[in-house]
Amino acid sequence: MLAKRIIPCLDVTAGRVVKGTNFVGLRDAGDPIEIARRYDEQGADEVTFLDITASSDQRDIILHIVEACAEQVFIPLTVGGGVRKVEDVRRLLNAGADKVSMNTAAVQNPDLVFDASSKVGSQCIVVAIDAKQVAPGQWHVFTHGGRNDTGLDTIEWAKKVAALGAGEILLTSMDRDGTKNGFDLALTRAVSDAVSIPVIASGGVGNLQHLADGVSEGRADAVLAASIFHFGEYTVRQAKEYMAARGIEVRL
Amino acid sequence: MSAGTIAVIDYGMGNLRSVSKALEHVAGGKTVVVTADPAVVAAAERVVFPGQGAMPDCMAELDARGLRGAVLAAAKEKPFLGICVGEQMLFEHSDEGDVPALGVFAGNVKRFPGDKMVLPSGERLKVPHMGWNTVRQQPHALWQGIADGARFYFVHSYFVVPADPALVTGSSEYGVPFTCAVGRDNIFAVQFHPEKSARDGLQLLKNFVEWHP
Repeated sequence: MLAKRIIPCLDVTAGRVVKGTNFVGLRDAGDPIEIARRYDEQGADEVTFLDITASSDQRDIILHIVEACAEQVFIPLTVGGGVRKVEDVRRLLNAGADKVSMNTAAVQNPDLVFDASSKVGSQCIVVAIDAKQVAPGQWHVFTHGGRNDTGLDTIEWAKKVAALGAGEILLTSMDRDGTKNGFDLALTRAVSDAVSIPVIASGGVGNLQHLADGVSEGRADAVLAASIFHFGEYTVRQAKEYMAARGIEVRL
Repeated sequence: MSAGTIAVIDYGMGNLRSVSKALEHVAGGKTVVVTADPAVVAAAERVVFPGQGAMPDCMAELDARGLRGAVLAAAKEKPFLGICVGEQMLFEHSDEGDVPALGVFAGNVKRFPGDKMVLPSGERLKVPHMGWNTVRQQPHALWQGIADGARFYFVHSYFVVPADPALVTGSSEYGVPFTCAVGRDNIFAVQFHPEKSARDGLQLLKNFVEWHP
């Protein structure tokens, strides 16, 4: 049986992990490579780096991090943030990323999804969707950290990017992100049932039950979380043991 | 080129950094070289044949670089590891793009059947098959130190169907049972990505580096 995946996500800016982490015994709590290695040791199924660097002249820093990570961490690595062109995708893949995620640029230019997946393969292209509820059972796609309503219906957008060649969808509920109240399960399930590509649930995880719910009720193929792992509340292994005890197939 | 070289064949389809770095991690004193040069492939002690993307593109790029002969020669005599589309290309034909492949092994490459990919719970299985799945082993030197049923990382929509069941060294299940590792003489080939499969993947690569078929 294919295992459901648990994916820790690291926000990186100017080469450092922000929000900090709280691992015991870490030499440098801000070093993305050291943190990625720690998650690998805990049994993470993948690691995601989100480059939130604001200034474009620091963009190349993420490439060096990805290069170093690829030498030491032998699980899949997804990198997103600031991806605008096919060339950006190529540079990240050549540095050692396995998948590249795109968000705003895909909304502004949907052809980018088609062009990139045609050139490098669907399996390398993740489209990140930030969704916010606008009416019961209806979610719009937002950009710019949830400030800008694109007017796009999330389900329709998910189907469209899948048809354009996306290999996976990273679905974040902007209503839940940062709340620790759990995933938006109705949103997750609606998107997961609408597309034939894998969906990663994101936004709102506060405890291990939330992760299990994302899979069993949200029908997500993978669950992504940041703070519950960064601050040492739970290890990835604990999360997997919890899910396994509830009958969810995981890699232990 | 020293006798201890491991050549990773580069025909322009995707990033080979992960494969080469994982091999370096377990290579001991051996040199890992990513190459598109048939002479380097011919001189290498052992050869890794990776592949990602669409099979028709892979076959076209392989031929465009004049590497078909070097791959076939290596597959006859050297320890040879195919990965992902590099495994599929060893067979005769792929449904993906309806193209002929290298024909080292008899058999074809098929797609996961969309209509059969539903679990008893009603949950639909997504294609591509992406993530960590269990691999049931048949006895082979390259599984040494790896538990039967260990999980490896997969990303694919197509899989090989060998004509000769004796080729099968590993199998998995995703809606349908499928072959995910094959081997004969000096060749071992896998559908999954050992370079992305954490400790068990590194162990398989280490076994390959030390393999004397």
